[in-house]
Amino acid sequence: MDNLEPRFRRVARFVSPVDRGFAAIVYAGSILFALLIIGLFVELVLGSWPSIAAFKFSFIWKSEWDPVSNKFGALPMIYGTVVSSFIAIALASFVGIMAAVYLSDFAPRWLANPLSFLIELLAAVPSVVYGLWGLFVLAPFVRTGLGPVLQHVLGWTPLFAGPIYGVGLLTGGIILSLMIVPTVTAISRDILVAIPRDLREASMAVGTTKWEMAMRVVLPAARVGIFGACVLALGRALGETIAVTMVIGNRPQISASLFAPSYTLASVIANEFTEATTSLYISALIELGLILFFVSMIVNGVARLMIWSVRGSDRTA
Amino acid sequence: MTLPAVAATQLTGAGSTFDYPFFSKAFYIYSQQNPDVTVNYQSIGSGGGIQQFTAKTIDFGATDVPMNASELARAGQPVLQLPVTLGGAAIAYNLPGVTKPLRLTRQAVVDIYLGKITKWNDPAIAKSNPGVSLPDMPIVVVHRSDGSGTTYIFTDFLSHVSPEWKSKVGTGKSVSWPAPSAVGAKGNEGVAGQVRSTPGAIGYVELAYVIENHIPAATLQNRAGRWVPVSPETVAAAAAGRPDVNASNFSIVDEPGANAWPISGYSWVVVYKKPSDANRAKLLYNVLTWLVGPQGQSNAKSVDYVPLPGNVQATALSTLKQMQH
Repeated sequence: MDNLEPRFRRVARFVSPVDRGFAAIVYAGSILFALLIIGLFVELVLGSWPSIAAFKFSFIWKSEWDPVSNKFGALPMIYGTVVSSFIAIALASFVGIMAAVYLSDFAPRWLANPLSFLIELLAAVPSVVYGLWGLFVLAPFVRTGLGPVLQHVLGWTPLFAGPIYGVGLLTGGIILSLMIVPTVTAISRDILVAIPRDLREASMAVGTTKWEMAMRVVLPAARVGIFGACVLALGRALGETIAVTMVIGNRPQISASLFAPSYTLASVIANEFTEATTSLYISALIELGLILFFVSMIVNGVARLMIWSVRGSDRTA
Repeated sequence: MTLPAVAATQLTGAGSTFDYPFFSKAFYIYSQQNPDVTVNYQSIGSGGGIQQFTAKTIDFGATDVPMNASELARAGQPVLQLPVTLGGAAIAYNLPGVTKPLRLTRQAVVDIYLGKITKWNDPAIAKSNPGVSLPDMPIVVVHRSDGSGTTYIFTDFLSHVSPEWKSKVGTGKSVSWPAPSAVGAKGNEGVAGQVRSTPGAIGYVELAYVIENHIPAATLQNRAGRWVPVSPETVAAAAAGRPDVNASNFSIVDEPGANAWPISGYSWVVVYKKPSDANRAKLLYNVLTWLVGPQGQSNAKSVDYVPLPGNVQATALSTLKQMQH
């Protein structure tokens, strides 16, 4: 088709009725999806309008959550969501990418497949089961084992100072990282496996060790895709509700210590929506949903921009 | 199990999660005795119950806090509200090494939740527990993170006892907890689990949980000055002292009775005075009369709920009689 003139090229794409019909269905599907997102956004704005009108921008930088006197501010929740997700992606991306490298390049074949299957099985565990495990196993472990060790070694930083309750921002971050590790590992492994073998063989041929090949040749070649995997995982971490709400301590406060209880946007909504009776309370909760919508959009948008800029520089190289 | 007849009418109700264990048992027994009626109850929370009741998608609603004036106005039609479930909140604690039940004055409970008392060996607590060696541990204050009727009863109690709590925090299903070491847990099971796994923790839990899970619960000094443990008997004593309870005057915390448990409260069922469908109205009337009467309330004990005392049953029945059936 490339040898046709431009105007014929446009027409040639929709020559047969089947082609035209198929094109129509595909366009309709994508437009419908876009409308759905816009519709969701409009509903969120409409639902949170009383709260937006009452609080305006102070909702985002105020730090109180008082349903009795109807005073609401979302800053502690935004902080908790962002920090717990950041902890989660930091832990999960490190472990997940290393696991993916092992599975794609180092594991013997008889081990690689069952191990990948096991890791993907982690993704099938329901969120509430993670929450229960976190509450009864992980939280006591953080309180009696991990926490005191971290405080002993790193207690001079404000990050690891303060009383250790077991539940808190750190425990929430750890639970989230466990939940998103399968996503990072599975997608990264698929991408690494898809890197052409020639690249690996060429690298070994010039004398690199297997480790250098994996770290210096294969991973950089896959970095765009792996970054995309991490963003996908981060998106899941931002919205995760039940597992986090069971181990994060549910306290709307901003504290420097990672051991302190915190609160996330999704947790507040899940906790308080069913019993919210005044319209201002309900619309404040919906506004939290709107903020979560924006936070996810911003995170995804920034990641997209970074991927495009990396891809752009790749092309010019 | 015999299946109900195909022509059985299904009545629907929704609302408070607090009522759910009791309702699910009681309605099941009722359907077995009256196969022409089944009751479908969805525990979506009191707020949801009131919303659906106002939208007339359900026959009756269940709520821990009776509908207030604005909610009644939104319902449009006259509404009857009657108490159906009685419960109490226990103060659970986790004190390793303390085997005797801990004694707390009402003021001590308020001060712990205000954050004024921060350690277990504080003189205010030691004074009520002579001879008990309290550990030098910080108090971890546990509360409900989700909106709940149990929180409402507990904060209502704190507001009655302390004007400072009333002005600073207030009463509600969800409040802003002032204690610096406060941690929120989801559901009664969350609070109970958090208290059980954190040494030095204190929290308020529904009575049924404390009984079924054998969690140590504090003995409180009630308004009459007597030390009472939490039990179905002391909760019933608090309720029996106020037979005139109604939707505008529903608080039974901090009652003056000698054996009264200070943190008690009701859960309510709301019905329209004149339901639109006459047949359903008749069936609904029969179910609810059974529920608040001795037969229905006898099911409460088997799920560790407290049956309504006889005089309160009479009050509920007389309210129900106003329903047009």
